[in-house]
Amino acid sequence: MPTSAAVLERPPDAVLSRAGGALAKGVATGYLTIVVLLPLAALVWSARGGGLGSFWHQATLPESLAALKLTLVLAALCALVNAVAGTAIAWVLVRDRFPGKGIVDAVIDLPFALPTIVAGLTLLALYGPGGPFGIDVAFTRLGVLFALLFVTLPFVVRAVQPVLLELDTEMEEAAASLGAGALGVFRRIVFPNLLPAILSGVALAFARAVGEFGAVVLISGNIPFRTEVSSVYIFGQLQSGNEQGAAAVSVLLLAISLGVLLGIGAFRRWRTRHDSV
Amino acid sequence: MKLMWISLVGVLLLAASATGASKGGSVDLVAYSTPKDAYGKIISAFQKTGAGNGTSFNQSYGASGDQARAVAAGQPADLVALSLDPDVDTLVRKGLVPKNWAANSHRGIVSDSVVVFVVRDGNPKHIKGWGDLVKPGIQVITPNPFTSGGARWNVMAGYGAQRRAGKTDKQAVAYLYKLFKHVPVQPDSARAALQIFAQGKGDVLLTYENEAIYAEQKGVHTEYKTPKATLLIETPVALTKSGLKKPAAKAFYKYLWSTTAQKAFAAQGYRPVVKAAAKGRKFYAPPGLFTISSTKLGLNGWAKVNQRFFHPQNGIMAKIERSIAH
Repeated sequence: MPTSAAVLERPPDAVLSRAGGALAKGVATGYLTIVVLLPLAALVWSARGGGLGSFWHQATLPESLAALKLTLVLAALCALVNAVAGTAIAWVLVRDRFPGKGIVDAVIDLPFALPTIVAGLTLLALYGPGGPFGIDVAFTRLGVLFALLFVTLPFVVRAVQPVLLELDTEMEEAAASLGAGALGVFRRIVFPNLLPAILSGVALAFARAVGEFGAVVLISGNIPFRTEVSSVYIFGQLQSGNEQGAAAVSVLLLAISLGVLLGIGAFRRWRTRHDSV
Repeated sequence: MKLMWISLVGVLLLAASATGASKGGSVDLVAYSTPKDAYGKIISAFQKTGAGNGTSFNQSYGASGDQARAVAAGQPADLVALSLDPDVDTLVRKGLVPKNWAANSHRGIVSDSVVVFVVRDGNPKHIKGWGDLVKPGIQVITPNPFTSGGARWNVMAGYGAQRRAGKTDKQAVAYLYKLFKHVPVQPDSARAALQIFAQGKGDVLLTYENEAIYAEQKGVHTEYKTPKATLLIETPVALTKSGLKKPAAKAFYKYLWSTTAQKAFAAQGYRPVVKAAAKGRKFYAPPGLFTISSTKLGLNGWAKVNQRFFHPQNGIMAKIERSIAH
């Protein structure tokens, strides 16, 4: 990418560079504080309301735990499906030529532009009772997974695409000329190169799926213990005036998600290091 | 220099004329979303009256509980129109609405409705009364009472109807347990429930009469049955302390009980609370109609009902939700 190369170019004056670095650090810290850290701190603050005992009690009520488990399992499944399907889509978009490719490429981002509540409504009309295909997954866990897949589609595709574009085909050709089969080339050459990008996409998809509300609220049917996900459960607590309970569940959900994201990040770093040796 | 003076005078004149145009001032109306069209009509009618001439309105619509929380958190409001009393009470506790907000001749209630059954065209499952909802194979759609304040009307209508039929408190609670075994989905709001029912899910939808009329107006293929015993839904309007200081807000508040305003509510399917406005519209008066404040049926108002039935952890509904999972 030529533009980013221009941006990365160091200014000749080392003092200026240091000053610029400090400024960037200041902006980054200030920005992160205002946009991310303060709201998160406020959330934790409002969860502390009745003390640690009450926090733990609220966060681990049976219906809260059931919603939490469902949310995390579905988000993990969603991330896995995305890893496979997203990589395949990116591959087709980069390596294949077909008419209308530009349009397909643009369509990938559409789920982001569509208000999620509209997405939920559309999915319900298509794959609910009375849908045109006779497929009815509405108000089941499968239906919720479907909605999550819809809103997380772009993450892996967009993470893998640029890496695939930059990937030198000469390496693959060399491997093929040395007698590696198509599968071998993919497994030994392409996949290791793509893995960091896939993992970034997977982490984003997972995080988004954990927090998704709009697309899920209609199609899930919100049956406690069966199809109620955490975001909807938290919404219910808020509507019932139990703000502290809502915050408690949110904090627990965020803590687990943070753990998962850190895990994915660590795995990625480990793989990259492993690779370069 | 001269030019500057001229422009300054011009600005002053403009400012003066601007204040002249809004001599009635502006009124902030914060309301729940269903009666939006009615309020739109009422406002333009009000602006044509002597009292409302020159008054401008800032209107905000959303879910009742959300609106109450927004006002409690500082959203400007002179007049609040919410879907149930506890949402107004939230503002009373915050000191934003005076304690005696309901002290007018209509107890602060601007429109009524009742809990009804919406069924498929021709009523193929022959649903007439509360007992029919718990017959084998019947699917009932009602919103989740924890996400939708309005769904609480449905639950209490079911409970109250049992008490009205002479059942004990224990039997009426047992009926709710049975009823929720027939609820396959619990949408987050009344409107979402209507959408899901219109998609073809369920045999009967528990909702308010005005929603049922709205569905008919929108051409959804349904009809509705009013059970003999059902709950009267009363929707409150209150002037906030800032509204009490504005003559325009007070005039508009009063205007809500005029025949014109009440007719606008009736056109949207609400039951007007002023007799003259109901002319020409047939609203079935069920013989067993009761209100949420009925002491005889053991309801005793929203504060008691919310504590006993809808406490998020140990309310009766929380226990019912836990029981249906297993």
